[in-house]
Amino acid sequence: MKNLLKSSAAALALSVAANAAAAEGKLVLYHWFEYMPQEVLDKFTAETGIEVTMDTYDSNESMLATLKAGGMGTYDVAVPGDYMVSIMAGEGLLDTIADGELANKGNIAPEWADPSFDPGRASSIPYQWGSTSFAVNRDAYSGDIQTTAILFEPPAELSGKINMLDSQGEVMAMASLHMGIPQCSTDREQLKALNAMLQNAKQHWASFNSDTAKEVLVSGDAAVGQIYDGFAAKAREEGANVEYAYPTQGYVAWMDNVVLLKDAPNRENALKFMDFLLEPENIAAVTNYAQYNAGVTGVSEHLNPSLAAQPEKNPHANAGEGVFIEVCNQETQAVYDQIWTNLKK
Amino acid sequence: MAAGAASGGSARADTYKDARGWLLLPSWAVLGIFVLGPVCMMLIYSFLTKEFRGGVIWEFSLAAYDQFFFDRGLFGDEPPTIEWTYITIFWRSIWQAGAATLLSLVIGFPTAYFIATRPENVRPVWVFLITIPYWVNLLIRTVSMKFLLRDQGPLNDFLIGTGLIDSPIHIVNTNFAVQLGLFYSYLPFMVLPVYAAVERYNFSLSEAAADLYASKWTTLRRIVLPAVKPGVVAGCILVFVPSMGSFLAPDLLGGAKNFMIGSLIEEQFKGNAGNWPFGAAASMILLTMVLIILMFSARQQAKADKAGG
Repeated sequence: MKNLLKSSAAALALSVAANAAAAEGKLVLYHWFEYMPQEVLDKFTAETGIEVTMDTYDSNESMLATLKAGGMGTYDVAVPGDYMVSIMAGEGLLDTIADGELANKGNIAPEWADPSFDPGRASSIPYQWGSTSFAVNRDAYSGDIQTTAILFEPPAELSGKINMLDSQGEVMAMASLHMGIPQCSTDREQLKALNAMLQNAKQHWASFNSDTAKEVLVSGDAAVGQIYDGFAAKAREEGANVEYAYPTQGYVAWMDNVVLLKDAPNRENALKFMDFLLEPENIAAVTNYAQYNAGVTGVSEHLNPSLAAQPEKNPHANAGEGVFIEVCNQETQAVYDQIWTNLKK
Repeated sequence: MAAGAASGGSARADTYKDARGWLLLPSWAVLGIFVLGPVCMMLIYSFLTKEFRGGVIWEFSLAAYDQFFFDRGLFGDEPPTIEWTYITIFWRSIWQAGAATLLSLVIGFPTAYFIATRPENVRPVWVFLITIPYWVNLLIRTVSMKFLLRDQGPLNDFLIGTGLIDSPIHIVNTNFAVQLGLFYSYLPFMVLPVYAAVERYNFSLSEAAADLYASKWTTLRRIVLPAVKPGVVAGCILVFVPSMGSFLAPDLLGGAKNFMIGSLIEEQFKGNAGNWPFGAAASMILLTMVLIILMFSARQQAKADKAGG
């Protein structure tokens, strides 16, 4: 028994030591699903000898939950959306990148160099940006789709064939645009009206699903789907006769950002990875795959020429404004959480 | 069944009487660390104050249980009334899990009976066949099920092709789809314990009943069912309990339009709400309900054993 204990302790010590040795050439990435082409990771490994491990998530909120429940110190970089960057900074989950630590920081496109969610790009670099709106199957409906009413007060032929994203932030932001009210309203009448509007809209919805937002459109299970622009483009390329809408009331704009996490076990490698993603050629490869937009200057010559002409990337003249999801304070957020629970009870 | 196994086991365990403490140590350690530990943590968390956007503040609070049982309106400042939201969600889960259990029993019992009445050398083959689909990951099986049941899926194509129906039956995103999904996920948990019970059943009892002019139905009802009841009860519990907490089938097949207990709890940890104490409290209430069901069935079992013995 004692020998057994001793030898297993020795084995444990050995394996810990082995892990520590391997850690010198490692990078642990926490990333959205279906968002990073393997070739890009392979190229990074070929150039630097750093081995990349990637875990994935399907929403900003689940990423935050994992990090807060003990994921800190495990991952080096994550890829939160705009509003989540400011939340994570407020929670103290981000490390600051000092001046000069990123050689390619100057490559960030000027319009994304000082965003409101991360002033001065203290902890983040741009990954991709795009929009969230919805796509409509043109075989099912030929009328005007440039209105948020398609989601919330749909015409009879689309009722019961709508898939919404299973994401409180995206649904609430779109609903606020539909009603023309602020995203973090404190006006009781507005909030009551929002609650009632969503309760009424639910009867027209078939499902809430984010992971299969694209598949339900391709398979024809849904005729309307709340969706990101790049996913809509992919659905169209996979054969669905879908058109992406830019409603006159407005649409949700977003930017995902690579952030340096606090207590990153491989901080140096994380910075190398961020520099790598600031090379126009590399981030263009991501854009060609994900079909969104890069926030880096000089990418255009590396982009697939067909991308720029995509209808999903070109809002029409009457399109409303793109708005970022806002971060509400605790008291206001509690009401929105209650409205969401009411919607799904 | 459980009682039988325990009494049979204690006689054998005596062989290792001296080493028993040592030999049980790994099991106790695993149970303590991986079962009792997390449950205690959840219990403690459910009585703590919620931290905005996930996490807990180490201050005692009954807010989570208050939120579960009392409704204070959209803005949280109305006089409290009984909160039906979560009771409805729990009731829905119980109902769905109950329907799935019934479905499993109706399909699983004849299956188990069939296997147990095959010649002894082919029975393992049948059991093996039952378990084969379960080598595939639950997520894959649930997604495949969705593809089968879709409006444009093979099932509807077949029914329309044979002229049985004119337009596709909507199954996906209904409660029935969730029940089917749960039933399919947990069917072996019904078949295997029932099979174990039927296999031990002495079939000469059925012959005796037949000799005494009992009809087949009466034999099944009065002789077979009481004899295999422990297996049936075990099967029902094994299907019902995981079905209640399941969230894969409700999300994928039911369209996630209505929370089930599992998805409600998941939302508290992984969703926008980020209300860990409430998620922990809902888990504790679920756990309490399951414990009550188990204790009730154990007492019934003990009573039946006493009456039988």
